[in-house]
Amino acid sequence: MLTKALQNPFVSTLAVALIVVALPLVVGSNFHIRLATMVYIFSIVVLGLNLLMGYAGQVSLGHAGFFILGAYSVALGPSQLGLNPWLSMAGGVALTSALAFVIGRPLLRLSGYHLAMATLAFGAIVYVFITNEVDLTGGPDGMQVQRANLSVLGLSHLMSWYWLAGGFLVLSMLILSNLLSSPAGRALRALHDSEVAAGVLGIDVARAKLMAFVISAALAALAGANLALLDGHITPAAGGILRSVELLTMAVVGGLGSLVGSVAGAAFLVLLPQFLTEFHDYEHAILGFLLVVIMVMLPLGIVPSLNAVMRRWLP
Amino acid sequence: MTTFFQLVVSGITVGSIYALVAIGFTLVYRASGIFNFAQGEYVMLGGMITGILMTTCGVGFVPASLVAILVTVAIGAISYLLAIRPARSAAQVHLLIITIGISVLLRGLTSALLGKDFVRIPTFVSPETFNIGGVVIQSQALLVIAGAMAMASLLWLFLTRSFVGKGITAVSANLMAAKLVGINPAAIVALCFGISACIGAVGGLVATPITMTSYDAGTMLAIKGFSAAMLGGISSAAGPLVGGLLIGLFEAFGAGYVSSTYKDAFALLILLGVLAFRPQGLFGNRSTQRV
Amino acid sequence: MKRTLTICAATGLALILSGQVALAEVKIGAVVSTTGPASFLGEPQKQTLELYVKELNDKGGINGEPVKLVLYDDGSDANASRTFATRLVEEDRVDAVVGGSGTGNSLAMIPVFEDAQIPYVSFSGGVEIIDPVRKWVFKPPHTDLMACQKIYEDMKKRGISKIAIIAGQGGFAKSMEKQCKRVASNYGISILMSESYGPRDSDVTPQLNRIKASTGVQAVLNPDIGQGPAIVTRNFHQLGMGAQLYLSHAAATSGYLKAVGSDANGALLPAPSLLVAEALPESDPLKKVLTGYKTLFEKSTGKEADAFGGYARDSFLLLADAMKRAGTKEKTAVRDALEATKGFLGTVGTINMSPTDHLGIDLSSFKMLKVVDAKWGIAD
Repeated sequence: MLTKALQNPFVSTLAVALIVVALPLVVGSNFHIRLATMVYIFSIVVLGLNLLMGYAGQVSLGHAGFFILGAYSVALGPSQLGLNPWLSMAGGVALTSALAFVIGRPLLRLSGYHLAMATLAFGAIVYVFITNEVDLTGGPDGMQVQRANLSVLGLSHLMSWYWLAGGFLVLSMLILSNLLSSPAGRALRALHDSEVAAGVLGIDVARAKLMAFVISAALAALAGANLALLDGHITPAAGGILRSVELLTMAVVGGLGSLVGSVAGAAFLVLLPQFLTEFHDYEHAILGFLLVVIMVMLPLGIVPSLNAVMRRWLP
Repeated sequence: MTTFFQLVVSGITVGSIYALVAIGFTLVYRASGIFNFAQGEYVMLGGMITGILMTTCGVGFVPASLVAILVTVAIGAISYLLAIRPARSAAQVHLLIITIGISVLLRGLTSALLGKDFVRIPTFVSPETFNIGGVVIQSQALLVIAGAMAMASLLWLFLTRSFVGKGITAVSANLMAAKLVGINPAAIVALCFGISACIGAVGGLVATPITMTSYDAGTMLAIKGFSAAMLGGISSAAGPLVGGLLIGLFEAFGAGYVSSTYKDAFALLILLGVLAFRPQGLFGNRSTQRV
Repeated sequence: MKRTLTICAATGLALILSGQVALAEVKIGAVVSTTGPASFLGEPQKQTLELYVKELNDKGGINGEPVKLVLYDDGSDANASRTFATRLVEEDRVDAVVGGSGTGNSLAMIPVFEDAQIPYVSFSGGVEIIDPVRKWVFKPPHTDLMACQKIYEDMKKRGISKIAIIAGQGGFAKSMEKQCKRVASNYGISILMSESYGPRDSDVTPQLNRIKASTGVQAVLNPDIGQGPAIVTRNFHQLGMGAQLYLSHAAATSGYLKAVGSDANGALLPAPSLLVAEALPESDPLKKVLTGYKTLFEKSTGKEADAFGGYARDSFLLLADAMKRAGTKEKTAVRDALEATKGFLGTVGTINMSPTDHLGIDLSSFKMLKVVDAKWGIAD
């Protein structure tokens, strides 16, 4: 009963929503609030990536590209076009989704490592462009982002973004939960098990994959915009190839095919480096070591593996 | 015309380095279906260990390089047995994450134990450069090119002619049948990790006099090698070699004739174009793709 | 009896928990890039900070209080710098902060320190850190703009007016390239070509070939850090380029000279006097400072000192000096004292701050160096 409830996406959405609401009552430090906000932001991208990988079975190494496009849209919208930051965020998400729609068709004809290569190439091209168009983007040192927050509601800049990122996260989880229990979601899951079988059953495989790809790109752009607005300054390093690798790692470590796993994976990789600072020179070695150990001990990822353990011990 | 040939020389030099990484990728992929993200770290380790032994410990090139190869091979085989084999039933993408973890671990250990300075191995051929009709060629580059060719040929001979090589083909084609005829898949795959580490380390040895190296050199090499393997196709021995050389040439011609800023993007765009028409890569064979 | 013990234990616990209050110490935070692409800057900076904190504590600390250094590595990622900046302010409750190896890292952290009103001394070169002047932000290192100006002055002296730039794509390279392009016309310099190469590229002959093939290029300028300048120098030598090679102050490291050896002969670069400290006249007041830092760094790390480690030394001691003059670690007083710094001897030269100048050094602190027989020498 309990394990079954935990696997229900609506239950996990509610659990995450409760955490978002309760956390500020427990922790007071701005540092902890900032870490929580970053966990929410990265959870949003990883959710999308999880939809693409865990449900539609497509591996992407280019989502940092969508992430950074979202981030620079809130930086460039106000500075280049004089747009309001909120409008820039909406526009950035819309444009990134449109781009994903256009490149998605040809890209998704590839599969497995070939798709990973093609998305990696896409991400690398976006990164090279943003790094080198210094007059537009400020180059590797990055650019300022016009401040936008909910100070009209009496919230500080940080708390504004805590609530916004937390709100976006819960909203994304809600939308994905609905999607997954709809016919479209069931089609996606069929895809993961066997593309051939899904095709035989009359599922438009290409369309289902494209939908997952566009949604994941939109969530990545939304998260990128959140990060840029939270920091007030954005550099291309926020969306390099290594960031794509990190996002993929978050999705897999947390657990593919589990919404709450995305949050767990993001939390793991955002928080862990903060605990490892004590080790100084060995920080990265230990991070790598822990990554290997976790994946060997919990081969399905944190959440699904723990679920499996609980199923064995709980009624 | 001189410019054209100079670009060709540059492209082939750089491309051979990518090819050396790609060849290592291919072997492990053939045996286990895994893309070993740590392949770039093997190249880095080959160069770093040799360079450090030579410059700070005053060891000669031959013993230093032997130590470097042995250490790297041991790391390759041990990391398979301790970290990848226990999780072998997991999905491909999970195994990919384990190799990413291994690469982070190796990078971290190298920076902590061998330092963060960049390391160079002195050029071991002389004269350093020679000039043919205005085209300047680094002697060391010839060695890198020869190394890539030799590795590709040896890999091909190994896979098609040797008993172990046939075992690899058997394990990747049908695991159960291979076990039935008495092949030990763990030993075969561990051996492949060891050999690919050896290919990486040798690549590091010959390339480092040109490229220099440091603890974090592996990531970029892995990415370029991955591109090379995908462009050439991973189911043939010629694929990674040709893929590497082509990526090197695209970058050189991109830098020479298009824009040096966007040369990497130029090479990637061509790669995307090729994948659109031949998803299996230039020399790939659809039927041997693993599902 | 039992009750007394409990009270004792509780008091003890309370004392430990309030340790920050009980143990008076000066807490200095630092965020540097000891990994990632900017680790060429961050690593010597970290080593330098640790050395000077130890030295200062051996001498009794600041105003009688020991110094505690809280140092984090941001992995060259500005977003991580900002997280650690927040951690320093909120968790570690530091009295002042130094660091920010790259300009992007410094810029991402500045709002945190401005909001918290904490004195911050940056290690990075970008001119936008102190221009416009920000109340809580100071920075002793040379700006990349100054490096460009010094190079152009030297070019003018040698009758060079047509140049090509070949730069990497990292933060340091791009920022300096931008500044050099901006001020070129002020010196009558025209930039005929501008080439670039990618991170960790091992061959730049295609780019240099383009420069070689074009007519009229008298000098090639390579602003970059790490292994880029070494690769450029070697290919430059191999191709037998006729032009004069100029590098930035970021190439002024022992690693560069070791990697290129005599291939660098004839190359010119601006650098702090640190590299040629021994060659300075005894009358130069900076000589003692420079040789002092060099000896200390080289004795304990076994590596040659470079400009970037020097920036960390200057920033840290500048802060310590301000705290001593203020007689307190109280933030506003320290900030005011920093702004009132006069005649401070640093590895970058003599520093004089003012309310309108939070940089405090001028072009005279740069020396033009020339590589002769694979060693640094002062250019004429």
